Amino acid sequence: MNGLINRALQWLVRDSYGEALWRGLVEALALGEAAFEPLMPCEPEVTDRLLSALAGRIGRAPEEILEDLGTYLVSQPRTEAARRLLRFGGVDFVDFLYSLEDLPDRARMAMPDFTLPEIRLHPGAAGLYRIELGTCPQAGLRLGPVLVGLLRAMADDYGALVLLDHRGADSRGEVIEVRLLDAAFADGRAFDLGAGPVAR
Amino acid sequence: MSAVAALGAILARLCPMFVLVGPSGHVLASGPTLARILAPREIEGAPFLEMFEVLRPGPVDDMAGLAALEGARLRLRLRAGRPLALKGMVCRLSGDGSLGPAGGVVVNLSFGISVLEAVREYSLTGADFAVTDPTTEMLYLLEAKSVAMEESRRLNRRLEGARRAAQEQALTDPLTGLRNRRAFDLALAGLLHAGNAFALLHLDLDFFKQVNDTHGHAAGDLVLRVAAQRMRAAVREDDIVARVGGDEFALLLPGVNDMAASRLIAQRLISTIEEPVSDGARSYRVSASVGGTLNRQRERNSAEALLAVADRALYTAKETGRGRSVVETAPRPAPPAPSGHDGQGAAMRSR
Repeated sequence: MNGLINRALQWLVRDSYGEALWRGLVEALALGEAAFEPLMPCEPEVTDRLLSALAGRIGRAPEEILEDLGTYLVSQPRTEAARRLLRFGGVDFVDFLYSLEDLPDRARMAMPDFTLPEIRLHPGAAGLYRIELGTCPQAGLRLGPVLVGLLRAMADDYGALVLLDHRGADSRGEVIEVRLLDAAFADGRAFDLGAGPVAR
Repeated sequence: MSAVAALGAILARLCPMFVLVGPSGHVLASGPTLARILAPREIEGAPFLEMFEVLRPGPVDDMAGLAALEGARLRLRLRAGRPLALKGMVCRLSGDGSLGPAGGVVVNLSFGISVLEAVREYSLTGADFAVTDPTTEMLYLLEAKSVAMEESRRLNRRLEGARRAAQEQALTDPLTGLRNRRAFDLALAGLLHAGNAFALLHLDLDFFKQVNDTHGHAAGDLVLRVAAQRMRAAVREDDIVARVGGDEFALLLPGVNDMAASRLIAQRLISTIEEPVSDGARSYRVSASVGGTLNRQRERNSAEALLAVADRALYTAKETGRGRSVVETAPRPAPPAPSGHDGQGAAMRSR
């Protein structure tokens, strides 16, 4: 699973900060190609080192980088597969929010060793949704910021206007609040069910 | 609301590809997804069997035939447009007319295995399938698996490249770039297994120790590298040239099956190695001795036996002086016969 996270970080860094910075980082950490193979096992500690070193180099907090990563996954052409797989979750943004509880199962269906933390959605009054995200010892990092970035981009994708608030973390997990201001604020991006990469 | 309208409204939500057919065989109502697929053709009012062809369990000509298929697994096809394969199920309306006209049927349709084609062809969305229909999940899985499969293919290509490079490295002598002992043994085993004719030459540099001892390892390495290049250039592309020891080389020449040709090649190798080797400042001279043997077609020699003959021939060549070659025939393997020189196998001067 961490191979996949590392690969995503690799793409994010190369696309946003350039190849040179990425090379410097990988050389300094003496990481081999295997660390960025989604289908090969990789120690969570590698992701941790990578993230700390990157944060130091670009002068941003690891949480900010992870939030960028979530947004990147949904909004960049290179990771179109991730956006598409997420869009299968729902026909509109609210439907998508409800599908978040299935996300760990969906991820496991796609890749058996892709272990996401448990997600619980609590709908409240006036378009407020409270998302509880469990801890993820397998990945060795808090995925809350990734989810915040991802939700932000998915709201754009569906054309919904939302306010997002990461309410903090404790030993049991993290809490994110989503306030849906307008479910049909903009047109959003099209989603063609059958446009996927399945061989024709 | 009429019975037909009420039933149609329920079915439209539960089965967006239903067709309600009246006793006359004409469509009374249909699901929104089906309407989308058939658009711009109007489905309501049209005869069901003119729009759909029942393929299995057998051809159906009239309404009675359709009603008789209640409960069977149907395979159908659109008559017009793209011949999309459909699955279906017929249910008769109750005889008392409470659900709709007695004698009518409800046919529910689905895409079955052609779903992906249909989704693409008609730009269907999640809203075109019933909420309880797992089609979207199936499409998700198909897509997720194809992404994972592509990733797996990419990884396999990378690993295969790495494996080849490692194997090449494992079979190559790093100093000379020739094949190494392991590669030679594999090639020899391969030729023996195939039962093809070939010549085996065992070549040992003469005076190499003097160069190495007097002028140092750098000079010795240079001599080895140059000798290797020259040997490689003196034989064919498919011949195997291997460094099997410090200053020992072995060659496999597939297809070479006579003594004279083997000797000629051995002498060519010796001559080219005897050319002086220069490092710019100094010039070094070495020579070589060659012992060889032949494996004739369908002879069932063992690798050990052939190597032993070549070794003995090399020993004989060395005994008679430097820069000589001896080629001997291999012992007849079965029945074991006393081996030896074939009459012409005596030591001969290389030039």
